[in-house]
Amino acid sequence: MTNTTRRSERSEPTGQSQQDAPSAPDPGQRWRVVSARRARRADVLSRLRTGTALAAGRLATTTSRSLRLGSGGIIGGRVALALQPDLLTRLVVDKRIVVITGTNGKTTTTHMVAQALRAGGASVSNATGANMLDGHVAALMAEPRAPYASLEVDELHLAQLTDRFQPSVILLLNLSRDQLDRVGEIRSVEASLRRALRQAPGARVVANADDPNIVSVAADHPHVTWVSGGCRWKHDALNCPRCGAFLGELDGAWECVCGLRRPNADWTVDAGGLTAPDGTSERLSLPLPGQVNRVNATFALAAAAALDIPRTEALDRIRRLRDASGRYEHTTMAGHDVRLLLAKNPASWLEMLDLVAENDRPLILVVNSRQADGHDVSWLWDIEFERLVGRKVVVTGERALDLAVRLRYAEVNCEIATNVQRALHSATIGDSADSVEIIANYTAFRDLFAKRQQH
Amino acid sequence: MTDDSAIRIALVVPDLLGTYGDRGNALVLAQRLRWRGYRAEIVTVLSSAETLPDSCDIYLLGGGEDVAQQAAVNFLARGDGLRRAVNAGAVVLGVCGGLQVLGTSFTTGDGATHHGLGLIDISTEPGPNRAIGELSTRSEEHGLGLLTGFENHLGRSTVGPAARPLGRVLHGIGNGSEDTEGAVSGRVVCTYLHGPALARNPALADTMLSWAVGEPLSELAPFPELTELRTERARAAG
Repeated sequence: MTNTTRRSERSEPTGQSQQDAPSAPDPGQRWRVVSARRARRADVLSRLRTGTALAAGRLATTTSRSLRLGSGGIIGGRVALALQPDLLTRLVVDKRIVVITGTNGKTTTTHMVAQALRAGGASVSNATGANMLDGHVAALMAEPRAPYASLEVDELHLAQLTDRFQPSVILLLNLSRDQLDRVGEIRSVEASLRRALRQAPGARVVANADDPNIVSVAADHPHVTWVSGGCRWKHDALNCPRCGAFLGELDGAWECVCGLRRPNADWTVDAGGLTAPDGTSERLSLPLPGQVNRVNATFALAAAAALDIPRTEALDRIRRLRDASGRYEHTTMAGHDVRLLLAKNPASWLEMLDLVAENDRPLILVVNSRQADGHDVSWLWDIEFERLVGRKVVVTGERALDLAVRLRYAEVNCEIATNVQRALHSATIGDSADSVEIIANYTAFRDLFAKRQQH
Repeated sequence: MTDDSAIRIALVVPDLLGTYGDRGNALVLAQRLRWRGYRAEIVTVLSSAETLPDSCDIYLLGGGEDVAQQAAVNFLARGDGLRRAVNAGAVVLGVCGGLQVLGTSFTTGDGATHHGLGLIDISTEPGPNRAIGELSTRSEEHGLGLLTGFENHLGRSTVGPAARPLGRVLHGIGNGSEDTEGAVSGRVVCTYLHGPALARNPALADTMLSWAVGEPLSELAPFPELTELRTERARAAG
């Protein structure tokens, strides 16, 4: 399976793709008739333009890095795109590209897919989480000859991507309430993803069979592989995404009056291990914890299988992952052993509270409400913090007070700290356990990760 | 299990109206009752139920998407339990989509106008853009004073002659007509304040509870993080 793009071939002297033209594209017109000589000249010019864009983008990346402004991923992509708006469709030619989207698990799964693809050859990835167009361009131009790419895509940007090229594989992980003031409500995200799939009829779609919102997105696509790993957060899936009828509890098969139903799974995974489409089963033990990561790994294996990469080799490489851009990482902060966990919406908080319930280490919760987090933190009340009664808890972050009020009503005693350093101090005072769990939402986690990288 | 002496708090179709942490309002009410020695029971009524029971003391309706909002009206109109409960003196809080459902009519994003339940005189039409951000108001009702929360809605609402605005907007959009926010009529209260509203505004929670209990409530010792949160949020609203 290869990617088909809208880029014209040189063997078509009378036709030239609109996107190849250096002039401003007219979205209504895709082809025009030009003379062979003019077409060749335009093609040469466009190639020159691509070369210049790549060089300028790389320069911007290096400059940004050396000035310590960041990883340089986004700025490099942005500069290159400004010089050659058609850069993405040029970079994806002859590549096998897996794109990963959904509310939770994107970054970790993108890491897993990148690892699995390396069993087939060099693979690039935007695994730092720059998951819009400029991030994709930056990832692809880092190693333009790599035959594979694993690209994380923001849920609302998949349509923009499939408008430009056909990925080989599209992974649809899950869909739940997240940053409602920024992203909007699930129904509009679902509609956008469905539109994105309509533009990619040639792709292999790997989709979550247990999430009705994802089933609704993928059900009409001609090539779907279904993955089943359970549905832990059910509150966004009680009603049919298409007609609104009540679906009920989702443990097992469900079928709506409108005809939407849970498809039979090709891959299933639970605590016991995974079963592949060929009927073979195997245990799935990973350094990354929890059912959530067994499911992510199964998605990555399904992607690898779609590209004919042997499962044992793919799994062997996935098993080498010990963290994903800091998620689940064990590190040392202010002399204490710390595990960093990211949770940014009710579904991912549920998963992370499951993980920390396996021990009784002191817990630090960090919540911010910047643009990337969503300004509204009402969702804190969707999380069952009552589970933390009796545990040592310290809260910090920009919205520590909202969190403290939520915990007060849950009758969880907590301390409020002005920053993570002080929170670490409070969490470990008088406690023989020197090991601390930190759950942070998006920007809070990003700041922590950046800080610990500087150490 | 039903407890005859408990105050029963109905969480109304949270599968349809409950996208913005709206469950929190039920948790706050139940806990503020228990802290005072009352018994409280949260009754969750999903849209799969036959009808809404009319035997609860407090009914809570949260926010939802357009399609879900219409489905909620259809469910609530069936059996008419909410109207019977209101006529018998039950307390009702409608937030955001809940406000629109309780009102006389609402027009959704697709231009279609729907009947609300007509339990309070307020009607809603789509505005030019979504009102998103911190919202703070001042209420003269029952000595409530400053009310704070977060709003996220397209609808613009007009309070009719049979109801009064819940508050006057200090910062934010609110109803978007004049400077009104929400509405109150008898024991039916509605608002655009999320946060959730009763977590951010304990005076509103206690006013509703005293109606439900039928007697003035003892003062709860204020907890400092809530006082600080209200100050911080009022400042954030500008």
